[in-house]
Amino acid sequence: MTHHEEHDTVTGTATTGHQWDGIKELNTPLPRWWVYLFYATIIWSVGYWVVYPTWPTISGYTTGWFNYSTRAQVRAELADLEKLRGEKAAVIATASLRNIVQDPTLLAIARARGKPAFGDNCAPCHGSGGAGAKGYPNLNDDDWLWGGTLDDIKQTLDFGVRSGHPKAREGSMVPFGGKDGILKKEEIKTAANFVRSLSGLSVAPGTDLNAGRKLFADNCASCHGDGGTGNKEIGAPNLADKIWLYGSDEASIIEGITNGRGAVMPAWSERLDPVTLKALAVYIYSLSGGK
Amino acid sequence: MTLLLRMSNNGHAMNKNLTPAELEANTEPLYAAHKKVYPQAVSGRFRRIKWGLMAVCLGIYYLLPFVRWDRGPDAPSQAVLVDFPNSRFYFFFIELWPQEVYYFTGLLILAALALFLMNAIGGRIWCGYLCPQTVWTDLFYAVERLVEGDRRERIKKDDSKLTAGRVAELATKHTIWIFIAWWTGGAWVLYFADAPTLVIDLATFRAPVVAYVWIGILTFTTYALAGFMREQVCVYMCPWPRIQAALTDEWALNVTYRYDRGEPRFSLKKATELRAQGERAGDCVDCGQCVAVCPTGIDIRNGAQLDCIQCGLCIDACDAVMTKVGRPVRLIAYDNEINIERRVAGKPPIFKAVRPRTVLYSTVIAVVGSIMLYVLATRAFLDINVLHDRNPIAVALSDGSVRNAYTVRLLNKRAYSRTLALDVTGLSGAQVQIVGLDSLGMTRPVIVVGRDQTEEIRVLVTVPSRESLDKSTDVAFVVTDLGLGEMAAARDHFILP
Repeated sequence: MTHHEEHDTVTGTATTGHQWDGIKELNTPLPRWWVYLFYATIIWSVGYWVVYPTWPTISGYTTGWFNYSTRAQVRAELADLEKLRGEKAAVIATASLRNIVQDPTLLAIARARGKPAFGDNCAPCHGSGGAGAKGYPNLNDDDWLWGGTLDDIKQTLDFGVRSGHPKAREGSMVPFGGKDGILKKEEIKTAANFVRSLSGLSVAPGTDLNAGRKLFADNCASCHGDGGTGNKEIGAPNLADKIWLYGSDEASIIEGITNGRGAVMPAWSERLDPVTLKALAVYIYSLSGGK
Repeated sequence: MTLLLRMSNNGHAMNKNLTPAELEANTEPLYAAHKKVYPQAVSGRFRRIKWGLMAVCLGIYYLLPFVRWDRGPDAPSQAVLVDFPNSRFYFFFIELWPQEVYYFTGLLILAALALFLMNAIGGRIWCGYLCPQTVWTDLFYAVERLVEGDRRERIKKDDSKLTAGRVAELATKHTIWIFIAWWTGGAWVLYFADAPTLVIDLATFRAPVVAYVWIGILTFTTYALAGFMREQVCVYMCPWPRIQAALTDEWALNVTYRYDRGEPRFSLKKATELRAQGERAGDCVDCGQCVAVCPTGIDIRNGAQLDCIQCGLCIDACDAVMTKVGRPVRLIAYDNEINIERRVAGKPPIFKAVRPRTVLYSTVIAVVGSIMLYVLATRAFLDINVLHDRNPIAVALSDGSVRNAYTVRLLNKRAYSRTLALDVTGLSGAQVQIVGLDSLGMTRPVIVVGRDQTEEIRVLVTVPSRESLDKSTDVAFVVTDLGLGEMAAARDHFILP
């Protein structure tokens, strides 16, 4: 402890007495006000321990005086929101889908609620406006694999398609090709061209349409129907219309016949609450007016 | 003389040409220190006009929210109401929707032009008689005078030590001021909700917090602006004096000291002596009454100045003195430089209210006013907005037909519910469907929209064949009131995939 305080000759500031390689360290402590503020915050933090949840324990945490939790706050805010939405919104839970669609006010509420839910859950596959993509149906048109009534849409939404849910929509396109396949490559090509002819598309030169018709009747008609008009019970698409989920070119059709098709949609009843599901069904219905 | 010096120190009244050396030596502060003004009571014609206008302005402001106007059972019955929750503005028989707020632009233009016209005819009529700052400051001065006494007493009291009696007096004054300020803030919020209901809610502490907050803000601003800042608002804060000075011309009548009559100044005794000797003496007896009564603390005899709000109180003060000394009144009057020069030259004064400037202002006021009246009288009570789906823009259907979907909003501004039919023109053979609407047996979709409401509907337009259609076809959505035949239309497009 030196009694004599050394001062730097240039700045006049006191030094700490430490010295490295001839360089002396100036003593410039933190301002007093800053230090006291810092002590004050330490004292303040003790108050936090008492009031707010703070310390982890073996099986939980100290809850603090008021049992405050952000989760409870969110729950309360959601309850307030529900109250704000009012009686009409509560009616969505009990009203039938048909009644919701026919009441302009309820329809507006359901659509307003369904739209963000669609964006959160459906848009990744079906697109933000429900326009779909290859393999993901367009929800704005009138072609419904599993039916386009309100109840059909709700059922598909609730239980999904080939989702593994016991009530899921089941039925998939069988693969006809491969090594031990039911049909040979040539036969698949012929069948594919016959399918194209069903909706008036051009046929590859030299195709034997009569052979194709027979192949179709033997292998395809059981699901897709004699005229290829499909079967909504098992999700067999209409092959005679202008809408092609996987494309209408020969190669795409050959690929479908060879390897089969079996896209999956999740069962949303396992993930979303009943009111949101109802609102979603109404919203999806309203995109196209259903069928 | 001291008075004149004081004015020059103030910096507004006189512009001296200083040499650089003088500028260097000039130690005058950049900002004028505030000198408290103690206006003296005065009576006369302009004071009476001011009292009258104050009563009218404050009466309208405080009482208008309580005026009722019957609009039927489901509509507010307040004559003037800004209804934010329901996005409506009511003014007696007029009801405005948010998209019609541009009418206020027209009103603002009219207000500005009226201000210009007033200025071209009679100077700062707005400042002197109608501006809220003037009206409330005048009211606060009246309270001050009532509690503390007139000018001399107030000056003396401010200079003496605080006594218990003085403290009680000050407390009384500020209590009354705060009460007026609070009432001013209270009246303001009544324009935004049903006034009688809100008054009860406020009194029972059940009114929304925002109402109390606004009352608090306006109580504070009224108290500060009218109680303390007073003429400084006019001199330092308000832009209008600067604009007014640039807009005025030599014909505009302003509160003017007729120096041709007033100068040279002598005491009454000296002036009488001089006149007895047949020499000329001005009418001004330098009594200082015009300065004593001035609410902005200036001397009108220094000529037109930015601080002068032209309230005319100095005219009243001077007239009283002139009557007493047996000289003609209106030594200070609404006048202009042209007439002073004409009188000096021995010609009769002329007043020219009709000049290119006033004609122009009046014409523009008439034109803008007519346009606004026309627009208001012929505005639509039915409207339609259309928003084309962006994704997907167009949808191909299974039979090869093409569909476009639109979100349509129908606006019914009438006070009764209406049955509206929707047509889409520009497409042959198009099928128009409103989602959720059973259009059984109807040739076109029909929808009911409630009174004073909008209805959003989703409309699907389907065309059987894409042949003969361009990539994009112009279409119009036409909505028709089946009862009145009133129509509205919106343009949009029908697009092919």
